[in-house]
Amino acid sequence: MSKLNEYHPGRFHGIWALTKRELKKWLKEPIILLMAILQPVLWMGLFGKAMNIGNMFSSSNINIPSVIPIPGQALIPPQNGSISVSGTALSQMFGNLGPTIMQNIFGVKDYFSYMSVGMISFIVMFTTMFSGMSIVWDRRLGFLNKVLSTPVSRGAIIFSKVLNASLRSMFQATIILALAVIFGLQVSPTFSPIHILAVYAAIFLLCLGLSSVFLALALRSTKWETQMAIVNLINLPLMFASNTFFPISQMPSWIQAIAQVNPISYLTDAIRRLTVMEFNASSVVFDFTFLGIFAAVFSLIGIALSWRYLTK
Amino acid sequence: MSEEIIKAEGLTKVFNKHLTAVDHVNFSVKHGEIFGFLGPNGAGKTTTINMLITILKPTEGEASVLGFDIAKQHDDVRNVIGVVPQEYTADEDLTGLENILLCADLYGIPRHVAKERAADLLKLVELTDFKDKKVQTYSGGMRRRLELACGLINRPKVLFLDEPTLGLDVQTRIATWEYIRKMKKEYSMTLFMTTHYLEEADSLCDRIAIIDHGKIVVVGTPEELKHSLGGDIIALSIKEDPDVTELIRSVEHVKEVKKEDSSYRIKAEYGEVTAPFIIEALRRKGYTVTKLMLTEPTLNEVYLEYTGKSMRDVEESVETFRAQRMTMRRARA
Repeated sequence: MSKLNEYHPGRFHGIWALTKRELKKWLKEPIILLMAILQPVLWMGLFGKAMNIGNMFSSSNINIPSVIPIPGQALIPPQNGSISVSGTALSQMFGNLGPTIMQNIFGVKDYFSYMSVGMISFIVMFTTMFSGMSIVWDRRLGFLNKVLSTPVSRGAIIFSKVLNASLRSMFQATIILALAVIFGLQVSPTFSPIHILAVYAAIFLLCLGLSSVFLALALRSTKWETQMAIVNLINLPLMFASNTFFPISQMPSWIQAIAQVNPISYLTDAIRRLTVMEFNASSVVFDFTFLGIFAAVFSLIGIALSWRYLTK
Repeated sequence: MSEEIIKAEGLTKVFNKHLTAVDHVNFSVKHGEIFGFLGPNGAGKTTTINMLITILKPTEGEASVLGFDIAKQHDDVRNVIGVVPQEYTADEDLTGLENILLCADLYGIPRHVAKERAADLLKLVELTDFKDKKVQTYSGGMRRRLELACGLINRPKVLFLDEPTLGLDVQTRIATWEYIRKMKKEYSMTLFMTTHYLEEADSLCDRIAIIDHGKIVVVGTPEELKHSLGGDIIALSIKEDPDVTELIRSVEHVKEVKKEDSSYRIKAEYGEVTAPFIIEALRRKGYTVTKLMLTEPTLNEVYLEYTGKSMRDVEESVETFRAQRMTMRRARA
């Protein structure tokens, strides 16, 4: 006579079991990890290096003729004849303006440092999207139903996806940051290793919110094609209506309005201030507050929706 | 507890307010039996099983598994049942053993117990040699066996099998039945299964409920169902000329005799028992039986009788169809 199952999964047991499955699958396919890393690396290498905005303002680009005649009547008060200004000196003067302009607009001296940090948001976005989509497959392959028939709590099923997305994002973000440093990222003097922990915390908050959103979207669709279309539709505005590639202050006001509620902006800003920009506690706290609220609100909505769906 | 392990009363599921998949179904499953739901695709078999395994909430009516209410005590139900779904749910990227251990984790079974059980189960389904191979490399039959092993990891009292041999070829199907019988014996379980294969229901199930359009049409053992049609057909020829119709009709259990040229077509209950009596009766009068053929009605005829049609393919929801097609494709891979 067989005995009744005398065990019962604890809350964390189930979450961890399901997360472990995802992580195992992920680690068994290093090619997927490689592709996921390669994309932001290409952006970083091509876009980040090619868009050498800092260099645009350098003295070599400001070619002022060696002698600039200035008509006398242009000067007030008018003088007899005309005066000359040394172009070389002017070039140097304007050349020195470059870093100052960069510092004022971007907050860093070189564009590469600016955008390579933005790539972390990029990778967080894609990882959470694919993690959300994976539930479509779990459903189609029947795995979801199978798990639903076990005593594992519904919350664990959802949370394991979120956790998986977060852990993957953090791992990939570490690689991206390391590569960026190799490629010439300039860390700010105010950076301290403890900031890395705060970077992870910020990533986790965004993952929590974003993956809940994508999960809730994915749960309703049975086709990954639909999901793919949605993802493609929203990732462009999320990416470009944010400070990932360009400072919000330089955008037209309607894009600014979007960028200011776009959680991607806040993650990017927080990471920048923790790594490449001068550390500013109040800004970082503000970023974290926004990310925290975003995570709380959207994970609650996402989990509520998924819950309703899973207990149909 | 030889009583009812599963009990359903007025169990109903309505999708989207107007599509009634399961319509006030009543049945009970006794301890230790294999109870089968037989019906065409789309008859409501999977919906019923999904309600019993607490994935779907019934719209109306109630059901209990081992005394636990499926709606109110779903956690208790989930803990005592094993499920082998229609699809291949094992993760293709993981190995067989990893898959079983994952299932064990979902039931909260401690690792050392899980490893022991996994080893036993792998031996039972003869996958021990393949336990460290990725499931991708498994054949359809092996995958099905792995699903069976996963379904047993929590030592369930009741095992639910949804189309356990969907997409398998005939030999693998028969082998799978053997595994199912072996498992049932080993763990003394009660089994609830659905199938749309008549031979499967006939060979494996102790009792069958034929379901059509969400309703149970008839319940009984395969034998009862066949006998309910009015008996077997005995075809018989004798060496001598005279008409013996009346003589045959006088034998007990013979219901109908028809002379067709030189042979007699006899409809009789319990044909295998009645046939010797007919031969005996004829011999006593000096006739010699030269040829005798006994045909038992198959479930196909039973099915025809109760549903008014042969097993048909009903168009299903696109999703179910796609899932089944995928299962079949993977079974054959």
